[in-house]
Amino acid sequence: MNIIVCIKQVPATTEVRINPETNTLIREGVPSIINPFDENAIEEALRLRDIHGGKVTVITMGPPQATEALRASLAMGADDAILISDRAFAGSDTLATSYSLSRAIKKIGSFNLIICGKQAIDGDTAQVGPGIAEWLSLPQVTFVVKTRIENGKIFAERLLEDENEVVEAPLPALITVVKQINEPRYPSLKGQMKAKKAVITTLSAKDIEAEEDKVGLKGSPTWVVKIFTPPPKGGGEILSGSVDEMTASLAQKLRARGIC
Amino acid sequence: MGIRVINDKCIGCRLCVPACPFGAIEIRDKKAVINEGICNLCGACVDACKFDAIEIERKAVLAPLNLKDYKGVWVFAEQHEGALQSVGLELLGEGAKLAKDLAVELSAVLLGAPSIEKKAEELIHFGADKVYLITDKSLSRYSTAPYSRMITSLIRKYKPEIVIIGATTTGRDLASRIAARIKTGLTADCTGLAIDPEKKVLRQTRPAFGGNIMATILCENRRPQMATVRPKVMKKSQRDETRKGKVIKEPFSPSAEDLLVKITDVIKDTTVKVNLAEAEIIVSGGRGLGDPKNFKLIEDLAEALGGAVGASRATVDAGWISSHHQVGQTGKTVCPKLYVACGISGAIQHLAGMSSSDTIVAINKDPDAPIFKVATYGIVGDLFEVVPALTNKIKELRG
Repeated sequence: MNIIVCIKQVPATTEVRINPETNTLIREGVPSIINPFDENAIEEALRLRDIHGGKVTVITMGPPQATEALRASLAMGADDAILISDRAFAGSDTLATSYSLSRAIKKIGSFNLIICGKQAIDGDTAQVGPGIAEWLSLPQVTFVVKTRIENGKIFAERLLEDENEVVEAPLPALITVVKQINEPRYPSLKGQMKAKKAVITTLSAKDIEAEEDKVGLKGSPTWVVKIFTPPPKGGGEILSGSVDEMTASLAQKLRARGIC
Repeated sequence: MGIRVINDKCIGCRLCVPACPFGAIEIRDKKAVINEGICNLCGACVDACKFDAIEIERKAVLAPLNLKDYKGVWVFAEQHEGALQSVGLELLGEGAKLAKDLAVELSAVLLGAPSIEKKAEELIHFGADKVYLITDKSLSRYSTAPYSRMITSLIRKYKPEIVIIGATTTGRDLASRIAARIKTGLTADCTGLAIDPEKKVLRQTRPAFGGNIMATILCENRRPQMATVRPKVMKKSQRDETRKGKVIKEPFSPSAEDLLVKITDVIKDTTVKVNLAEAEIIVSGGRGLGDPKNFKLIEDLAEALGGAVGASRATVDAGWISSHHQVGQTGKTVCPKLYVACGISGAIQHLAGMSSSDTIVAINKDPDAPIFKVATYGIVGDLFEVVPALTNKIKELRG
């Protein structure tokens, strides 16, 4: 069972603050982490490998400092880690990113399963996983909360709006996983030692034989033209009085707003 | 490298420095200098610069397309078990505005079992000029392969300029696959859409970084321009039974690829009475409830208001309630008319999932809880007293 996990290094958005004077993001001191959903993807890959044997390869596309996220994956127990990094990838949107990752996966060669987190917490698009599946012509199963592999097939449960759907798909396939699927393990001391010493392969656009007009800015049909901070909600009203007064007043206010 | 600072125009005013989400700009000798190793070419600095001193070159973006061949606005009419989902009707309301601004037709795309055909008229009543209809027994439930294959072929045949799809689990799964196949742009989870009056392209606005910033995105050189749109943000048009439109039936052609992924079972969650994404009103409980059995208080208030029951991640992780109720970055992003947060402190991940709700009520005993920062109305108090009292007041008011 060879499994490829695609991860992204993201800023810990929980620690992103807005500077009230300039209305911009304060990035100083905000640590970079593995996208939390991708930690679940790594955990699921390790769990399946521990049952079925094989190898877990973690890949990421990003600047050189993204190797930190790869080392953290190795510390968790991944067997191999590959960084895809090149100035040519800058400005990639989800289409160009999924293309580049799909090229790298082709380069890596044989695999049975690709696992991605459902989305990254900085962009929240949930588009790269299915994009990779499309570039590689693989069946996809998104928002997976439970997996089992048997007889060359994956049996997966998808977490939908108000129900779960059980599907079976032939391998190779691509799945994206939700937080509820597992509890990511902590890195072991041995894992950390190994990760520290590990040599991380870096692949350039040329190494993955990417077509020049499909990566980076050229390969990205979308671009950002404006970034702004949402107007603060503000104007909130804290009600006062006894419980009876506060709830009566709230019910009236909701009625005035046409809500109840 | 596609970004440069035009030194003649740059006055070293520093506006771009804090605007960069990646901290890639510094001022050296009164000129902005961009660290190319960190820059992600996101364009935030270009927008922030008041002197047009930073530019990103976007020459030769993808293969040229004859953009003029693409006309019309399409909405994917999501159905579940034969019922049209509210988000599709909301998108028809929004799509009608876009179509009007472009002076083009608005069409709906409906796939489902043969019995879905009778719903096509309903889409016309809600604003569609045309309905593209594909029915087959195998399409009764959404599945990635046949849906993406059939809609891709419709897009190639009829060439719409805009396709909008609800940002539901189905919509996100479907839209990503179609966009990657057609090699066009797709903007996720939009909360605002508008037509640029000069360029006549779609301006797509969406939250990023967990809702901390908003980004407006364009797809100028590829068609269709595709977006998924957050449920409940757009408003339905008034239903009009006198509206006339055309239903265009397209044949379904089965393919071996459709059968690769088989749906073998559906596990209903009987605790979900109202679907969160479809709900106009959501009452959510957090750790402040103290015990799973106290969700009864939340259920009672939700029932009095005719709303859905939501939950914070802490309560789901503790096993107090099922995942289908979870609101927030890990769960669902919701945007109801009314969101009542009871005993929820308001961690940023929770706020990211609900802060765009129209009216927010926070009930919490801690006056410093971050939830009060986004609340329209706040009650600082013991939820065990406040919530039942509010339930009674609502019941009295509603008679």
